[in-house]
Amino acid sequence: MLYIFCPHCGSRSQNEFAYGGDATVKRPELNKEISDQEWNNFVYLRKSPRGKHLELWHHISGCRQWIKVERDTSTHEIFKTYKADELTE
Amino acid sequence: MSQDFRLDNIGMVNRNKKISFTFNGKKYFGYEGDTIASALIANGVHLVGRSFKYHRPRGFFGVGVDEPYAILQLERNNERDPNIRATEQEIFEGLEVKSVNCWPSVNFDIGAINNFLKMFFPAGFYYKTFMWPPSFWYKIYEPFIRMAAGFGEASIKHDKERYEHKYEYCDLLITGSGPSGLASAYAAAKNGARVILAEDKPRYGGSLLTSDVNIGNQTGAEWSEKIITELKSMSNVIVKNRSQVFGYYDHNMLVMSERISDHLPKTQKYLPKQRLWYIRAKEVLISSGSIERPLVFGNNDTPGVMLSSAAKEYMKVYGVLVGKKPLIFTNNDSGYETAIEFKKNGVNPLILDTRKEPSSDIISEAKNLGIEIKFSHVVVAAKGYKKVKSADIAKISDNKKDLSNIENIKCDCICVSGFWTPSIHLASQSGNKSEFNEKIDAFIPKKSKQKENTIGSANGKFTLEETINEAFDKGYEVSNKITENNNKVSIPTVVEKKSTEHDKFWCVPLPKGKSYKRFLDFQNDVAVSDIELALREGFRSIEHVKRYTTLGMATDQGKTSNLNGLQLVSDIENKVVPQVGHTTFRPPYTPVSIGAIVGREVGKHSKPTRKSPMHEWHEKNNAVFVDAGVWLRPRYYKQGNETLFEASKREAKNVRKNVGVCDVTTLGKIDVKGPDAAEFLNRVYTNAWLKLPVGKARYGVMLREDGIVMDDGTTTRISENHYHMTTTTAQAANVLSHLEYYLQLVWPELNVNVVSTTEQWAGAAIAGPNSRALLMKLFPNTDVSNEGLPFMGYKEADLFGIPAKIYRISFSGELAYEVNVESDYGNFMWEKIIEVGKEFQIQPYGTEALSTLRIEMGHVAGSELDGRTIPHDASLEGLVSKKKDFIGKRSLSRSAFTKSDREKIVGVVPLDKTTSIPEGSYIVKDPKAKLPNPKLGHVSASCWSVEYDNPFSLAIIKDGKNMIGQKLFAMSPLKNKTIPVEIVSSHYVDPEGKRVRA
Repeated sequence: MLYIFCPHCGSRSQNEFAYGGDATVKRPELNKEISDQEWNNFVYLRKSPRGKHLELWHHISGCRQWIKVERDTSTHEIFKTYKADELTE
Repeated sequence: MSQDFRLDNIGMVNRNKKISFTFNGKKYFGYEGDTIASALIANGVHLVGRSFKYHRPRGFFGVGVDEPYAILQLERNNERDPNIRATEQEIFEGLEVKSVNCWPSVNFDIGAINNFLKMFFPAGFYYKTFMWPPSFWYKIYEPFIRMAAGFGEASIKHDKERYEHKYEYCDLLITGSGPSGLASAYAAAKNGARVILAEDKPRYGGSLLTSDVNIGNQTGAEWSEKIITELKSMSNVIVKNRSQVFGYYDHNMLVMSERISDHLPKTQKYLPKQRLWYIRAKEVLISSGSIERPLVFGNNDTPGVMLSSAAKEYMKVYGVLVGKKPLIFTNNDSGYETAIEFKKNGVNPLILDTRKEPSSDIISEAKNLGIEIKFSHVVVAAKGYKKVKSADIAKISDNKKDLSNIENIKCDCICVSGFWTPSIHLASQSGNKSEFNEKIDAFIPKKSKQKENTIGSANGKFTLEETINEAFDKGYEVSNKITENNNKVSIPTVVEKKSTEHDKFWCVPLPKGKSYKRFLDFQNDVAVSDIELALREGFRSIEHVKRYTTLGMATDQGKTSNLNGLQLVSDIENKVVPQVGHTTFRPPYTPVSIGAIVGREVGKHSKPTRKSPMHEWHEKNNAVFVDAGVWLRPRYYKQGNETLFEASKREAKNVRKNVGVCDVTTLGKIDVKGPDAAEFLNRVYTNAWLKLPVGKARYGVMLREDGIVMDDGTTTRISENHYHMTTTTAQAANVLSHLEYYLQLVWPELNVNVVSTTEQWAGAAIAGPNSRALLMKLFPNTDVSNEGLPFMGYKEADLFGIPAKIYRISFSGELAYEVNVESDYGNFMWEKIIEVGKEFQIQPYGTEALSTLRIEMGHVAGSELDGRTIPHDASLEGLVSKKKDFIGKRSLSRSAFTKSDREKIVGVVPLDKTTSIPEGSYIVKDPKAKLPNPKLGHVSASCWSVEYDNPFSLAIIKDGKNMIGQKLFAMSPLKNKTIPVEIVSSHYVDPEGKRVRA
């Protein structure tokens, strides 16, 4: 079970969190004309890297804040966590 | 009954307390502190089971977790507990155990015929034999294999024992209370660290209990007693015996299973059987020790052949002799310690040492005691079937290839020592890649992956002095890192006998003309010949060899067999062991009860139960409940002998005719507040929200980004910047997360807050033509006329002194209102509605009637919004704004979602007006068409229309809008029914929606 540092609450067990997927995906702006392909990429296409990955976690049984977690997908090492509005490196 | 093999003046069992137990129905006795193994050995019993494949007789091989043989089944309170290691299970008064894998008895076992057919059971036997013909698989092969498989029988009854879970945090977890565990725990605890020390056995001390050593002028056992007593008295230390740390998981989370009452006669009421500890440790010291390796020779699985360290422990801890004419077969000095112990207890052992002319303190001591030693000698084969009776021994040449002077000598046990294997399982589980150490012919941990260090003999340190010094240092160093304290305790002086190098020899060659089975894996009957065969057949990777031969795959996970297996593979392949590598160690280290893993989350406790504030009223009024997610909701209120069908029909009819009341507390409720709330809702919902006036509600549909409907519900504007959103019961939590996602990550510029208020409001839906009349009596001071409170209107009102909110919304399709009060007043509200509603023939209605009402109105719910439908499919396209953008809008213009014959919701009525259509039925054009019959769609929900008194269903079918009026068929292969049906509008009742606006 992972031990995740929530920037709002401190280190907590994984069972307080829900996984939220790739944190690098950016939603296209509202009312913007975009191609099927671009939209498709946003809705469905995700990288699944082996190694460092920036992902979203929702502290669902804690502060209910979405946070960004930089984690190694093969070793589960967590390098850094960020608040939702914090700039990532 | 006398105990022929019990020694009088040695051991740690409580001689003042006799305990009787039965084994295979026969009564024996032992002493408090005995294990099943020690008590049976004391009684001269060595035959306890049959092996897995060949059903060869099985005795005792070890004295702890490594035991591959003595797997028994424990029975108590009419419950069975299989896979019990006799070497670990302590006896208690009335204990009943029996052998497994034998029939009709362990003495006479029919399955033993396999032993004589063993040429037909080579490695990979299952893969080779059970291939053809395929039709034999289900009827013959599988039942046969199932019957033959497994050790013992699991209980099929509900387990009434209690298992608990506990979460614990500590600075330092130490796994094992041998010399390194005790020393490091002591050093760290004295330096202020919060320490947990776990010991899998009942007694602390590990090898100190059996070694002839001195620490700080005390015997090993005395020193460990002193340290453990002091540790127990410290408030920063948790000391646990009978506790096995079996898994090392991510981020220094370790799991330990504590056997709390497995050794007690009867489970005490409030005492759990076992407790599973989830321990998050800042640092871990693995001091799990080492396990003695067997030597491999002919028939080395015969009962009476056992590890020499086990024989020593049986004497020193339990006061039990494993034999009176012991043969010690060793390639190192450890065997001598056992021999000396035998000698001290009046038994004359014979030592066979594979080494030529070794010399050390221990060897000299053995010689001085007059123990007979034969150097350059080996055991060729054990003789005897159910117990060792003699052994063929021989002189072995210096190159260890040739045997000479083979002779048979009498003996009743053979104690083997092939040197020691560090228990690196936990380190390996944590991600530590181990390395092969030539000096000890075994793997030891290399570089720590997580915050873990391995110390003592688990780290290949086999002298006590080295171990103690390292452990004190490590305990200080690790605790200093955490606590930053500098309290260093002094390291006691250690006196031990010096030993000399071991011999790398481990497997005795077969003499000419003999084909003895030489076993590597004792539990799965894997012999040297099986591994040779696997390699001849082309298996190379050690992982493949393991799976093909089942080497190391049994419940003991190869604790005694792994290294010898690797040695053999590397010998045949002309490689060295590190080139072959080892198989992966995975948790659990020892078998763990499923009950302990599940803990108390069983049955009703597997999930929380949510109840509305009116729950007690429902109970008192004969409600029959149904699970709605984690909520309990009344399904119907039973009157007399009514069935579900009759009751729901009555309740639904009464809504259509008079008035009904339904508990809708479970609906998700979310407060949306802030100056940008309207803009936010406008982006979340498919329809327009910017112009909704205060005091008005609106129905909305929200999509996922892929265009699929996520949820629907009404949202009411309470005040300028305050909206009250409702969601379906099932999606409440998901919707809140969804809203938070967009507010926090996508549109952080919107000034809006959301919070769940589901628990804060109790809700009652009042529906039916009489509902307004009832409302007028409930709220005499509020104008609830059609003008004062029109459809989709909202008002705050006073309910007999209680503040209430009235929403004029309808799910039933009738004139209806939802009244909300604060949860604490929920029951008061409900009782008032029932009381005042009497004169209007009010009846409560449950979810079944609620379904009926919404289905015949064509209102969609979860069965239509099933994660596959877009608004069009549910006839909600009118709510999709063409002007503004919203979540998921772009997806709706994709070609698959704009096809002209896209699925759409319709109504379905059986032509005979009497046959109910099973939910999930397919709609097809021709029931006799060739399979696979092209299906048009499926029936999503069915009810008995109370309006028309005939069955009615909703279905989502291809090109639904052009199918109305067609005669088709509903087919349910599951119920074996084909029903001719007519497709009608999904709005079966009141299609113009007049009633809700009345």
